[in-house]
Amino acid sequence: MSHLSQRPAGAVVGEARPHESAIEHVTGTALYTDDLGHRMVGLLHAYPVQSTHAHARILNLDTSPAEAVPGVVRIITAADIPGVNDQGAKHDEPMLPVDEVMFYGQPVAWVLGEDLEAAKAGAAVVVLDCEPLASLVTIRDAIEAGSYHGISPVIDKGDPDGAFAEAPHVFEGEFEFAGQEHFYLETQNSLAYVDEGGQIMINCSTQHPTETQDIVSHVLDVPAHQVTVQVLRMGGGFGGKEMQPHGYAALAALGATLTGRPVRVRLNRTLDITMTGKRHGFHSAWKIAFDDDGRILALDATLTADGGWSLDLSEPVLTRAMCHIDNAYWVPNIRVKGRVAKCHKTSQTAFRGFGGPQGMLVMEDILGRVAPALRISARELRRRNFYVEGQDTPYYQPVRHPDRIEAAWSQVLESADVAHREEQIAEFNARSEHKKRALALTPVKFGISFNLTAFNQAGALVLVYKDGSVLINHGGTEMGQGLHTKMLQVAATTLGVPLSRVRLAPTRTDKVPNTSATAASSGSDLNGGAVKDACEQIQGRLAQVAAIKLGVPAHEIRFEGGVVRGLSASETLDWDELVRAAYFQRIQLSAAGFYRTEGLHWDLSSMRGEPFKYFSYGVAASEVEVDRFDGSYTLRRVDIVHDVGDSLSPLIDLGQIEGGFVQGAGWMTLEDLRWDTSEKPTRGRLATQAASTYKIPSLSEMPEVFNVALLQKAHEEGAVYGSKAVGEPPLMLAFSVREALRQAVAAFGAPGHSVDLASPATPEAVFWAVEAARERAGARANTAESSEGAARGVAASMP
Amino acid sequence: MTAQTTQESRCRITVNGTAREFDGPTHTNALDFLRGEGLIGAKEGCAEGECGACAILVARADGDGTRWTALNACLLPAAALDGQEIVTSEGLGEPGDLHPVQDQMARLGGSQCGYCTPGFVCSMAAEYYRPERAEAAHAANTDDDGDHHCGPNGFDVHSLSGNLCRCTGYRPIRDAAFALGTPDTDDGLAARRAAPAPAPAFTDLAGADTPTGETGRYRRPASLADALRILGEEPEALVVAGGTDWGVEVNIKGARARSVVAIDRLAELRRIEIADGFIELGAACTLSELERELAGRVPLLGKLFPQFASRLIRNGATIGGNLGTSSPIGDTPPALLALDAELVLTSLEGRRTVPLGEYFTGYRQTVRAPGELITSILIPTPLAPMTSFQKIAKRRFDDISSVAIGYAVAVDDGVITRARIGLGGVAATPLRAVATEAALEGRPWSLETVRAAAEVMAGEGTPMDDHRASAKYRTAMLASSLERFYAEQLTLAGHGRGE
Repeated sequence: MSHLSQRPAGAVVGEARPHESAIEHVTGTALYTDDLGHRMVGLLHAYPVQSTHAHARILNLDTSPAEAVPGVVRIITAADIPGVNDQGAKHDEPMLPVDEVMFYGQPVAWVLGEDLEAAKAGAAVVVLDCEPLASLVTIRDAIEAGSYHGISPVIDKGDPDGAFAEAPHVFEGEFEFAGQEHFYLETQNSLAYVDEGGQIMINCSTQHPTETQDIVSHVLDVPAHQVTVQVLRMGGGFGGKEMQPHGYAALAALGATLTGRPVRVRLNRTLDITMTGKRHGFHSAWKIAFDDDGRILALDATLTADGGWSLDLSEPVLTRAMCHIDNAYWVPNIRVKGRVAKCHKTSQTAFRGFGGPQGMLVMEDILGRVAPALRISARELRRRNFYVEGQDTPYYQPVRHPDRIEAAWSQVLESADVAHREEQIAEFNARSEHKKRALALTPVKFGISFNLTAFNQAGALVLVYKDGSVLINHGGTEMGQGLHTKMLQVAATTLGVPLSRVRLAPTRTDKVPNTSATAASSGSDLNGGAVKDACEQIQGRLAQVAAIKLGVPAHEIRFEGGVVRGLSASETLDWDELVRAAYFQRIQLSAAGFYRTEGLHWDLSSMRGEPFKYFSYGVAASEVEVDRFDGSYTLRRVDIVHDVGDSLSPLIDLGQIEGGFVQGAGWMTLEDLRWDTSEKPTRGRLATQAASTYKIPSLSEMPEVFNVALLQKAHEEGAVYGSKAVGEPPLMLAFSVREALRQAVAAFGAPGHSVDLASPATPEAVFWAVEAARERAGARANTAESSEGAARGVAASMP
Repeated sequence: MTAQTTQESRCRITVNGTAREFDGPTHTNALDFLRGEGLIGAKEGCAEGECGACAILVARADGDGTRWTALNACLLPAAALDGQEIVTSEGLGEPGDLHPVQDQMARLGGSQCGYCTPGFVCSMAAEYYRPERAEAAHAANTDDDGDHHCGPNGFDVHSLSGNLCRCTGYRPIRDAAFALGTPDTDDGLAARRAAPAPAPAFTDLAGADTPTGETGRYRRPASLADALRILGEEPEALVVAGGTDWGVEVNIKGARARSVVAIDRLAELRRIEIADGFIELGAACTLSELERELAGRVPLLGKLFPQFASRLIRNGATIGGNLGTSSPIGDTPPALLALDAELVLTSLEGRRTVPLGEYFTGYRQTVRAPGELITSILIPTPLAPMTSFQKIAKRRFDDISSVAIGYAVAVDDGVITRARIGLGGVAATPLRAVATEAALEGRPWSLETVRAAAEVMAGEGTPMDDHRASAKYRTAMLASSLERFYAEQLTLAGHGRGE
């Protein structure tokens, strides 16, 4: 067992603990960025002037009417930016446009007012004179126009052309699916002021404080050491606060330097939805070959990500999608081409899974569609194609522990009583004319680590005070996922002190520099490694002090529960007593910790390497009931077995699995982003720009029965205390809901027919799929594969 | 300070037992007022009553006692709280002395990011203190339609359907709700229920000056006569009842009324009368109050209530308000049209009665004259024996209808003697499916009749495409609706619960 993964006796990790801020949450005393505004004197409020064109040339921007509005203090335009006018990662994203607006809702200027009312009134009278230009709103518009940006990577392995030529079953089709709005309950927030030392202090709801700092620094043209970013906690992030906060933080900081007063930028819900990036919708075109037993022989696919107006994180999202198109299945011959469509919409960004879900969805959709044509149940088709030991991914990384897919699958089959329930469902469907049920299982295999190797590093600062109390700082941010809870548990475990002795300070760039985004599910792996390293440095020094006091060699010293003892000594020391003694011996009681994930390598140009430290696995079984009259459905039961390694904090992990699943189910079913694609002046406007029109799952959409189990005997070598990441992978378990819907729709028709289901599978989409299935059942029976061609976008061919 | 702002015009609001004052602009909502006071527990998640992150508890009259009622603070004018008592998440308990609801939520993992949590805690506390909860604990815990789903402790999980959480997936929140016991004998908020709720204050607020100078005037008249007099003098004054529309207009659309008249506490508008030949519902009764008071007496409304927005909205929104706002996608009109309801409109000139079918004249236009108020809704009795309410939406609860259809049908000796069908979401106004009604009446109650009439029904209205649904889907919903109604009635008859 590796040193990193080994747990000591009395470990605090592994205990089920509530969220470290739970008591503050429930009493309404937990502070978020915007809650700090009430503590500031002279706070200014910012409100944007938004473009009302999808794409236009700016002819004139007249801000003078706003200056006349009482309470307006300052108007900010691109001309006020002293440094680089860019808020993105690729220098293609002006913070404020100079000559061209690129999407409907883009901020072109900001008004600072004594109160929000004044700022809004000022923004309302700014005159933006534009010449409208041709715009591309949908991904299809962009593909037809050949409008792409960024890289066009290719995965190429084996001999797909040869395999297709000889395969007995070949199918091809297209699948386009929508993106997703993050809908974190706390919108984007930044609060900036210039402090007494000239430091630009920014409280920001950001998952990536260092990048926020970097962008503020280059926008203001000041060195990074003059900018400090602090994150108390976020009211949800889900990837939407990895890149998106930077521009607003920079605007607040710019406002603070221009006026000398604190500035608050808080997007209301509609501003947030219309201005910030979302999960990428994708278009895919695919061709797949199977042998007579239903084993995949080859896949050829083109994935097009709907990137929006600027690149943001679209390139890494695309490459992760390509690296996950295999999901849990062995594809011996494969070619995947990727590209990023450029169009006039918000710039799409990170969202839980970061492209992984999009790649995997393409494969799960294919399997769900072709199973009837292969005359194999979708459940069996999936299982036959699972990776086994010795196989590697399309990018040549060996798949370690593939047996865990099969283990989770069998465990779900058993615990969810699948065989028996399938019989019950068949009986129900036989006697129910208007409602049909179905149960589907889908697996998840998800790679953990940032594809870009450099991001796989983290720092921590651990301070032990003379009284024995411990304060930890690390570079990760808390957005509800329980990272801080886990880090407290890691510190208490490593130092061998009770959890109550450890406190965690808010994330700040002046404590731990050069951090990576809290993203890619890697927060606990990376920051846990760094916290552990810092604690071990201090512990090593304290062991020397204890060794002399207890008269045993230092390597025999053990720390547990606040008590220090030697293996061969009868005497013990209190932690507090030892710390005090160490102080008087002038022993350093603080340490900076560091961690980097070993063994990773990645070549983007050839799309080859071992970008992931390990894979996370999971399986879900979902049962749905569909009503043919309106296409509405209920999620009757969900059973999940998920691999989190040896859990650091089981209550936290359970919450991540359940929450990720429901968020994924929302993406697959309810959540429906609609842009105005008409030729009217409102072309490009987001029509679903409020909670009243963009519906996320509510309590009534949660599964009626919801059983989640952690995969047992799942110790992960080489990760902190044997644990695995958990943030993103469970989201993809929700594909089982979509596949169950597909099968329930099929139950309205004749057996052996493929069902084409739109994504999201809203009640309306399900209704049309049911209508199509019923229509086919009413028509003359054809053979399964020849009727396949009738389904939109699917063409089947027999050799 | 403006000249109008006098000591007398300040609002006094009891928050968590402490008196606070408000004299800000009258468009200030209760959420902004609280946050301005440093009570930052309530959060803004959407500013339109969809997410519940701003939920608070308001002491509302319930017979002679008080009911802790959860409301969206973002939709409530701060001035509407003049003289009232409210409790926020901070007032329920504090670290070291948690309220039972807070304790269960914290213990069971009911919070992750925590942003929605204070609102959940308030909604959950309202249900915790609901007097009828103990009885529900002994009843069946789920009804046939799934409109109610109660835990073993009688906790109706749909009382939380107006609170959105993006992190947890809700399971631990449901577990926390179902783990709640009954209030202790020394629970102050439980004891408070026995005493009367604060009476309405007769507010007249002209708010303090702001940088932009917009303040407005907010009045809560003491009687219907006073309200009508004000409206007679100022026909353009904005009439506000529950505020669930006011809040959206103010927060999202930037509406700033110069003059607001609050009518939600007028005693004359809050009566429910069950008489021979009719049931009269006071226009200022909230949907929650009607749901409780009618207790299934009007089955069609009983079917509608759980699907009307969320508990948080139903606690504020009034039935008169849903008709006054005259949206083509309001949920009560299709049901009330099927019930042949009439509206009582009252002004200084007197009162008149208008059939609901003649009330709507165009998109958000009605026959209601300036200076006139909807004072009550009359539902003729006896009620038709077969009724149903179908709401087609993306989300089953807390959503806006794509299409809504109300049915009231009577069958005598196998023949349809009377059919009333109300439609929402398929035209610029709610409307009755008159041609379909004609295609049903006098014909046998059979699948054949239903299928023939369904073709007529598919042609009712002029559905359009929008972000909620396509015109084609709306038409298909009209076409499939009758057969669905027929199948549902067959099922009910099969269960011995039909006619």
